[in-house]
Amino acid sequence: MNKEIDEIIKNSESLIEMLQKIQKIDGYLYFERLFYLSEKLDMSLEDIYSTATFYNGFSFNMKGKYQINICLGTVCYVKGSKELSEEISKILNIKDGECTKDGKFSLDTTRCLGCCSMAPVMKINDDIYGFVKKEQVKEILAKYN
Amino acid sequence: MVTLKINDKEVSVNDGDTILDAAKKLNIFIPTLCYLKEINKVASCRMCLVEIKGLPKLMTSCSTEAKEGMEVYTETDKIKEARKNNLELLLSNHNKDCDNCLKNNQCKFQELLDKYDIKEKYKNTREKLNIDNSTTYLVRDSNKCILCGRCVDVCSKVQDISVIGRNGRGITTQIGCAFEYPMVDSPCIGCGQCTLVCPTGALTEKDDTKEVENAINNKDLHVIACTAPAVRAALGEEFDMPIGTNAKGKMVTSLRKLGFDKVFDVDFAADLTIMEEVNELIERIKENKNLPMFTSCSPGWIKYVEQYHPELIDNLSTCKSPQQMMGAILKTYYAKKENIDPSKIFVVMIMPCIAKKFERARDGANDIDVVLTTRETARMIKRQNIDFNSLEDSEYDLPLGIGASVVFGSSGGVMEAALRTLTETLTNKPLEKIEFNEVRGLDGIKEATYDVNGREINVAIVSGIKNAKKIIKKIKNKEVNYDFVEFMTCPGGCLNGGGQPYIDFDKYDVEEVKKLRMKCLMEEDKNLPIRKAHENPSIKELYKSFLDHPGSELAEKLLHTKYEKREKYKK
Repeated sequence: MNKEIDEIIKNSESLIEMLQKIQKIDGYLYFERLFYLSEKLDMSLEDIYSTATFYNGFSFNMKGKYQINICLGTVCYVKGSKELSEEISKILNIKDGECTKDGKFSLDTTRCLGCCSMAPVMKINDDIYGFVKKEQVKEILAKYN
Repeated sequence: MVTLKINDKEVSVNDGDTILDAAKKLNIFIPTLCYLKEINKVASCRMCLVEIKGLPKLMTSCSTEAKEGMEVYTETDKIKEARKNNLELLLSNHNKDCDNCLKNNQCKFQELLDKYDIKEKYKNTREKLNIDNSTTYLVRDSNKCILCGRCVDVCSKVQDISVIGRNGRGITTQIGCAFEYPMVDSPCIGCGQCTLVCPTGALTEKDDTKEVENAINNKDLHVIACTAPAVRAALGEEFDMPIGTNAKGKMVTSLRKLGFDKVFDVDFAADLTIMEEVNELIERIKENKNLPMFTSCSPGWIKYVEQYHPELIDNLSTCKSPQQMMGAILKTYYAKKENIDPSKIFVVMIMPCIAKKFERARDGANDIDVVLTTRETARMIKRQNIDFNSLEDSEYDLPLGIGASVVFGSSGGVMEAALRTLTETLTNKPLEKIEFNEVRGLDGIKEATYDVNGREINVAIVSGIKNAKKIIKKIKNKEVNYDFVEFMTCPGGCLNGGGQPYIDFDKYDVEEVKKLRMKCLMEEDKNLPIRKAHENPSIKELYKSFLDHPGSELAEKLLHTKYEKREKYKK
């Protein structure tokens, strides 16, 4: 597993770049990975963690097979995306940033996804859903079973 | 050189010096909370703001270079207003629990709040944050933290281990360990240097004074205080004595007044450490095994090796530290000699160190009941309304009150004491010159070579983990060829330990303070009637009637220990 990290270290110019690549493998950053990285770089783990927690782009929670993103950008928010996220939380019994126990779904609210004309927008992996109503959520999630 | 004016007074400073440096030179006071000379210059507290003629904005004097012809003002209405605003904002994130805070009346933040007459203006809307009191030596309370970053910079720049740092960003930023690990499971070595620089009560030692007071009040217990060499060189500072005053006599009297049944000197155990350590060194040199040998007196250093360089554990001397040896002797030899049930003996160690609180519970030993820092000891004395300064001097109790190794309190001290005994043991001749000046001083890395009985002995003295890291690298790369290396966790040795009195950075330069404390110990050494561990009559008696000889079976059992590899982050 750590061979991948060795490769990443070899082919990266900065810590941020390494972290981005590591996140790409696992979907998030976790202790064992970063500890290995810190030992390899002879850098304190806290220095790495402190850098990573500074950026919103890095996540420390496990991601599900299906990653749900709910846009909380201004337009989506006004159009009720907050209620969508609450509905998903209720159905899946997870909070924002968490992952279901079976590893299937994870929920993250995000900034503007760039398709405001379809607000409110939710995204599951690469599928975009626009004009989503609260009542449709269950149905959409069912597609991913 | 550049010349500038501050508050209409002219001053010349070196190129590159800051406005704050220039103001210091003129004795103009500018408040600071985050600035630390040569360590922290992040300009985050915004206290040191000054007005510079021609510039529209207020500038932070700690980070702004002095320039030729500058006209600087440090106390205009605009500045006062800005400082007040900033203090109000800092206070809004603070839990204002001064009455219950160990730092009460010694807190720089509180001092400024008083000075600028700041009352609560904004309600604290921050959620209550976790208090990390997972360790036996340190408490970290983020509810008091003003995010100045001094602790972070000391951890990274002075000790070079970066165990704590800023996690998160913006309003959610908190000081913490990686992945929010509790301190007890982190690679924190317990040096406590962070507690020395925190301008609030966010980082303090774990206070054990109540436990000691209870023991003293328990009439069944025979309560003993033992003071480490470095404590006497700094305790007086807590009672406004000039820095560098040797408060030994008053300290002993005050401890008796507090109700301790006996007051002993850890210098005695330092001598014992030297006897065992020199014996061990001679053996290792003879067998050419596990060299260089590393000293094992500094518990932060030991934890550092165990967590960061476990492959070097065999190089550590197996000798317990003076603290642990003292405990072992008190509960065996002393108990027998005085005919006291060891379970009724309550041993309190008074140390300049917070890692000693961690060391106390090493290898399951119960020889020491509580470790107090110099600061906690001062706290107890103040609580009893003892007028420390007007106390008569008194002497330690016998037989464990005589010691030759007061130099232990300073970087190079263990080495010097060891060299005195080593040389005389190997040559069987009295030393012509007892001082080993090469090993003295405040440099972080010192090296020397001595010809002892025809064999060259290469030694090094290292203080501060940043320096230790450098030397370990050299040792691993075989760039150096030492026989014996003294390692101290804190820069300058125990005299600058994490449990020592706070230094007022507004008034004193840390290096100056270290020098004065060191001078105090060296003066005492100069005037001691016995300056060699092996000539201490109490030590001779101890070996004659109890331990037999250094390295004997009983000595091995009581005075030596084992080390273990420790994970940096414990799951």
